[in-house]
Amino acid sequence: MKRNLLLALGFVSVVITLYLIFVWVPTITEMGIVERIFYLMVPMGWLALLAFVVTFAGSVLFLVKKQDRWDFLARSSAEIGIVFTTVTLFIGAIWAKPIWGVWWTWEARLTATMILWFIYLSYFVVRSFATDEHRGAVFAAVVAIVGLVDVPIIALSTTLWRGMHPPALVFKGDIAPEMLLVMLTSVGTFTILYVFLLMLRVSVRRDEAEVQRLKELDR
Amino acid sequence: MENGGYLFAAFAVVWAGVFAYALFLSNKQGKLRQEISLLKAKLEEKGTE
Repeated sequence: MKRNLLLALGFVSVVITLYLIFVWVPTITEMGIVERIFYLMVPMGWLALLAFVVTFAGSVLFLVKKQDRWDFLARSSAEIGIVFTTVTLFIGAIWAKPIWGVWWTWEARLTATMILWFIYLSYFVVRSFATDEHRGAVFAAVVAIVGLVDVPIIALSTTLWRGMHPPALVFKGDIAPEMLLVMLTSVGTFTILYVFLLMLRVSVRRDEAEVQRLKELDR
Repeated sequence: MENGGYLFAAFAVVWAGVFAYALFLSNKQGKLRQEISLLKAKLEEKGTE
């Protein structure tokens, strides 16, 4: 029920966000029409980080409380995180080509985001190599805890290294109010979609566990 | 509309990614729920034998 409400809310938010991006907000910077990619790139990047923080929190709680539900949460968030990080890297490349003239460059934020993608990947690789599921979950939790170090690096990369990537204008207050409104609306919309997908993924994981339990009873 | 293709590509990647993943999860859940029902029915049958 909650999930359906969230889906309806997400749908309405998507419609509003698309209206704001394509109809309401004017083109403000010299980038031209591709500046509108920002309204997707920022929320995607935000979700890549948020999903990892949730994975980290779930992993810590799993190691401390030793309850499977925290591993379900961490694993589900990591799976969604890898989807959003992949999308971030792709749309980053699509934005970079007309603006920088290249699809990819080893710039600080891009490189740190690529590293995050590999951390997400290793979270699943260590799981698949473990001899049993519980050990795999413990190894993956350790990867998530160690991997958190990349999150502040990504967030601060444009300030620390001053590469080609545009700085975080939102925090500097150096952004047009219209752009800020659309950016925040888009972040809100995609956060709703993330919560919806997370609830769905956790529910699927519970069903997987139930199938496993019933199969053991059937033996 | 210069560079409109890039804008279209970016939106296509995002929505294709989100919808494909949501669809994948939804299908997976449907199959799992079906399997749960079958297993429960099988176990109930075993219990009554």
